[in-house]
Amino acid sequence: MTLLAIQGVTKRFGAALALDALSLTIGEGEFFALLGGSGSGKSTLLRIIAGFEQPDAGQVILQGRDITRLTPPERPVTMMFQSYALFPHMNVADNIAYGLRRAGTPDIATRVGDLIELLRLQGLEARRPNQLSGGQQQRVALARALARRPPLVLLDEPLAALDSGLRERTGLELRALQRRLGTSFVMVTHDQAEALSLADRVAVLHRGRIAQVAPPRELYERPATREVAQFLGAANILEPGGLHLRAESEAFAYALRPERIRLASQLPEVNGMEAQVTEIAFRGGDALLLARGGGQVLRVVVPGGTFLPDHGARVFLEWDAAALVPLSA
Amino acid sequence: MIRAAAWASLLLLVAAPLVIIVAMGFGTTAPGVPPVVPPLGAAGWQGSLEAWGLLFADTYYLDAMLRSLRLAGITATLCLVLGFGMALGIASARSPGLWLALVLLPFWAGFVLRLAAWVGLLRDGGWINATLMQLGLISEPWQMLYTEGAMLLGMVHAYLPLAVLPLTATLAKRDIRLEEAAADLGAGRWVVCFTVTLPLAAPAAAAAFLLVFIPAAGEVVIPEVLGAPDSVLIGRAIWGEFFQTRDWPAAAALSTALLALLLLPIALYQRLSVAR
Repeated sequence: MTLLAIQGVTKRFGAALALDALSLTIGEGEFFALLGGSGSGKSTLLRIIAGFEQPDAGQVILQGRDITRLTPPERPVTMMFQSYALFPHMNVADNIAYGLRRAGTPDIATRVGDLIELLRLQGLEARRPNQLSGGQQQRVALARALARRPPLVLLDEPLAALDSGLRERTGLELRALQRRLGTSFVMVTHDQAEALSLADRVAVLHRGRIAQVAPPRELYERPATREVAQFLGAANILEPGGLHLRAESEAFAYALRPERIRLASQLPEVNGMEAQVTEIAFRGGDALLLARGGGQVLRVVVPGGTFLPDHGARVFLEWDAAALVPLSA
Repeated sequence: MIRAAAWASLLLLVAAPLVIIVAMGFGTTAPGVPPVVPPLGAAGWQGSLEAWGLLFADTYYLDAMLRSLRLAGITATLCLVLGFGMALGIASARSPGLWLALVLLPFWAGFVLRLAAWVGLLRDGGWINATLMQLGLISEPWQMLYTEGAMLLGMVHAYLPLAVLPLTATLAKRDIRLEEAAADLGAGRWVVCFTVTLPLAAPAAAAAFLLVFIPAAGEVVIPEVLGAPDSVLIGRAIWGEFFQTRDWPAAAALSTALLALLLLPIALYQRLSVAR
């Protein structure tokens, strides 16, 4: 079931084209991630869905209703802001109750109590936001966004303001909460690991367009374009030019994941090269090598328990034909 | 060096005049220049509490004091309400500098000139009355000058920038995302303003109120030029004691009393800002 449909949305800021006739559908109960670098248009798209920006062209359809011209308070969508935007002059309970009060919901106290329990904020009801830890603030922001039981919650970099140690756990909690409530989440992030680990589907945005929409596994293993491959974590891009490549299908360029490259004892006839190790980083479970060869630097990840070449050593690299993912552009 | 200069200027320009004024309140009048005998002389204590007794001798001065505080309160409230709207507009404008310059523009014209302009507009044969009569809306001049309304108009016009400036500075720095968050949660424009924008600007609003209230309480010229002649304000009373009856101890005692009264709201404001 389609919950939200973005149809041909275009947005300009002066001469800059932030979104270029972008179309997208998001399903009921889906956790959807918009992944992209700065200037990719992901935040603009989120602000258009929330109603803070008006598109120059195109429609936003929510549950079959055109909401393109509705103001933010008229839309049933809520947003969790980057670094939360909690009201500093209200305590936790009043922050959570804010949306319920505006809607005139009956029995606000019970609803707030349920949310406090759901997000493990017991005992913090009377605290002001500046008396909370980062993780607690994040949960208050989430409770506030969920309070009116919106069909769709927008999350703007929900984990970016947290310490790295807290990020993974909070991400898993977010995912579990979304599954339990069945609410659709649309998350904007620049962190590919976050997008891949949390979302049902990920859209990679590049210069106001969608480069690829796919489930995380597919996106990772079959990136469609050079941008997607590069953005999804340092895939190597190989061009047939000077290399002897034999892939399963013809293309102008291929993505090759670092962990699909092996060290070989001799130079293979195809799908391999000679290279010099310029950098080596042992990471416990594995080791990352930077190897210069064929006019470029390849990232190679080898298992930690195996033989590791020395810094500056010459090595032979090889990979399977199936590891070469053809790129369309 | 800078610290020393700061202390020296505070001592010379603030503390010393204050001590002189307070001391003068305990002096006695005498013919001569200046027309006052200091409370402490070569022979020791020679002052009196006569001037302070005058304050409470009848309700003349107390009434003047209350009238002044009332005028200052109304002026500061009007400036705050008008100033908040203006500051919000300026802070959200594309070129706030230009709008702020326009607000300050009246300050560039001389103070007396501005008052003269109000007189020219408001008097019986002035522009407004002439226009209204020409249009046939009124048959006789409408008494505007020398009324409480004219006085308030002049006061608000003169003191408005004092309220607009601190409010604009605060509102220009405010976090717009908080207002977006409120709108996102279903609040309309006015609700956003009253539940988020206004409460967060409350300290600046208190500062703006005081910045207007304190000088307005001692205002002499505007009530004198535009206001009704029968209601004496404290500023006018002090001026009269100094320059007409030449009773400097009485004038000094009145000034000290006014100052003490005005310290109350300042102390309150400081306590509130510390509590935050």
